[in-house]
Amino acid sequence: MTTPVLQVEDLRKSYGRGATRFDALKGVSFEVRQGESLAIVGKSGSGKSTLMHLLALLDRPTEGRVLLHGEPAERLQGAALNRARNKTFGFVFQQFFLTPGQSVLENVILPLKIAGVGRAERKRRGMAALAQLDLADKAKNKASDLSGGQKQRVVIARALVNDPALIFADEPTGNLDSATGSSVEEILFRLNREQGITLVVVTHDEDLAARCDRRITVRDGLLVDVDAEADAELGEAAA
Amino acid sequence: MKTADVLGTAVGNTFRSRTRTILTILAIFIGGFTLTITTGLGTGINQYIDQTVAGIGAEDVMTVTHEQADAGLDSGPTEYDPDAVELNGPGGATAPGRSAIDPITADDLDMIAGIDGVESVEPSKRVSVDYAQVGDGTPYTMSVGTFVPGMEVELAAGSQPDLDATANEIAIPVDYVEAFGFDSDADAVGATIELGLTDAVGGTHVVDAEIVGVSEAGLAGSLGASPNPALTDALYEAQQTGAPAAQAERYGSAIVRFDPAAGDDATQALKDDLADAGFAATTVEDQIGAFKTVIDAIVLVLNAFAVIALVAAGFGIVNTLLMSVQERTREIGLMKAMGMSSGKVFGLFSTEATFIGLLGAAVGVGAGMAVGLGLGNVLATTLFADLPGLMLFAYEPLGVLSIVLLIMAIAFLAGTIPAARAARQDPIESLRYE
Repeated sequence: MTTPVLQVEDLRKSYGRGATRFDALKGVSFEVRQGESLAIVGKSGSGKSTLMHLLALLDRPTEGRVLLHGEPAERLQGAALNRARNKTFGFVFQQFFLTPGQSVLENVILPLKIAGVGRAERKRRGMAALAQLDLADKAKNKASDLSGGQKQRVVIARALVNDPALIFADEPTGNLDSATGSSVEEILFRLNREQGITLVVVTHDEDLAARCDRRITVRDGLLVDVDAEADAELGEAAA
Repeated sequence: MKTADVLGTAVGNTFRSRTRTILTILAIFIGGFTLTITTGLGTGINQYIDQTVAGIGAEDVMTVTHEQADAGLDSGPTEYDPDAVELNGPGGATAPGRSAIDPITADDLDMIAGIDGVESVEPSKRVSVDYAQVGDGTPYTMSVGTFVPGMEVELAAGSQPDLDATANEIAIPVDYVEAFGFDSDADAVGATIELGLTDAVGGTHVVDAEIVGVSEAGLAGSLGASPNPALTDALYEAQQTGAPAAQAERYGSAIVRFDPAAGDDATQALKDDLADAGFAATTVEDQIGAFKTVIDAIVLVLNAFAVIALVAAGFGIVNTLLMSVQERTREIGLMKAMGMSSGKVFGLFSTEATFIGLLGAAVGVGAGMAVGLGLGNVLATTLFADLPGLMLFAYEPLGVLSIVLLIMAIAFLAGTIPAARAARQDPIESLRYE
């Protein structure tokens, strides 16, 4: 069996201290396997966003640990941590986070720029990523001039451009109508299938979660027993 | 992110909110403009002083007097010394009550001549003329300077007084040309001038001299007429008529020639030796230096005002960039989530600040130089037409460059505040920011 991309062991995260202490995660363990699509489902306030931030190494857990490719992430410091974030992860956010005044191409190549890739190479790879999402003709347009679906495709191109091992999609279809939403979903799952990019989708959309290979449900900072619930569902279905 | 990309991105970001950037640049422009004007003024005036150094004296000459004892303000009234002479020499029309010093005597001259490094020493013969007259024309008062070897008069016509000539020669200031009834500067050259003076016992004397040159009005030194040594000797002799023999050999100061090529250390050593022997020596450089110190002090004060304007502009940069950091919170968060280091984020914003500074400096310094040079040209032909060679504003490449660098440094310092704030931002908080 190959090493999981990410493993979390008894992950806890608290904010504040004393009387105002709030435990966002109360001991979560699971793994994200190479090439799978995993849905992290939960209501808002359940701790799923905190979980995603910890998985993406944007935050440090209060207790427990995250292993990236089998290596404890807390060993990564400074430049090594930044390099791991840059090379390993791609992000697709609900609010896009595109820089409005810049061209589509400039937005897409931002991770490459941060990685220190040369100008010509950046352009080549940026255009390739845009072509993959049928946006090559929009490369010179301003990001603010695009429709919502186009923007989300630009965001996917940006997530894709640095050949990440894993793409985090935080409510990727939340701001889109159902038709554009499903086409964006289609793109994400196609990348997962065809390019083997591990996909972690954070969502409260049951339909989107159902399309993933596997799902984990977060409730009040704990994982709901996935298998037991699945068994129960199966049992119900059988009955 | 590569350094070149940080620079490129920062420069690109500068123009993202154009109005705000332009207003900030305008604030820096005002500071840079003022600093350029004031610095140009200082450079221009000092250059003019340098140019006129030759008119004030030669650089291989120092003036030696007895050291003035207890001249401090705290020392109370000075005891009367019957041997003291006025600095301007005996028989001169000097105002009473001026500080008197011990005279330089023949013995002193011998002693000075014996000091190492002194090439030659001669007494400074100060003469004072009652009037100057050409033919039967109106007599005018005229001050007669001491023409030191190596000194050059800025000539409007004619030639320099001949130092070696045995005939009496003089260069008169250009103001006197018309007063004496000459048609032109050239017309005055060759004419004979009568100089009248009073001797030690009240007798009057008239000494004739040939006008060989007409001198331009300068900043200093050439307000009086410049005689050659032969004329100075003749005037001094007439002035000393009837004076006691003991007083004839006493002078206010002596002129020492030395070798300036030996370097500043040698000059200083010579001064120290003279000081040990009880003399105070002043080179032309010292005198000019005092002049320049005053100019520099004034320019420094003016520059201080310009720097205050720049500091105010610096706060404008802080304000502008803090707003930018606020606006770009998500972008900063995203870049950090994508693995951009805090150092590079800091670099991005501080470079942007420095670039705003560079733009403001380029425009401000450019405009300052254009206005300064334009104004200088106009003033040189109008207000300062009587002071030929005076360009009120002058610019040295190094000076201009240092102004630009100073402004960029101020801009960078101002930029560190917002840059540090951007660098500290937590990517999660930034991405959550609505």
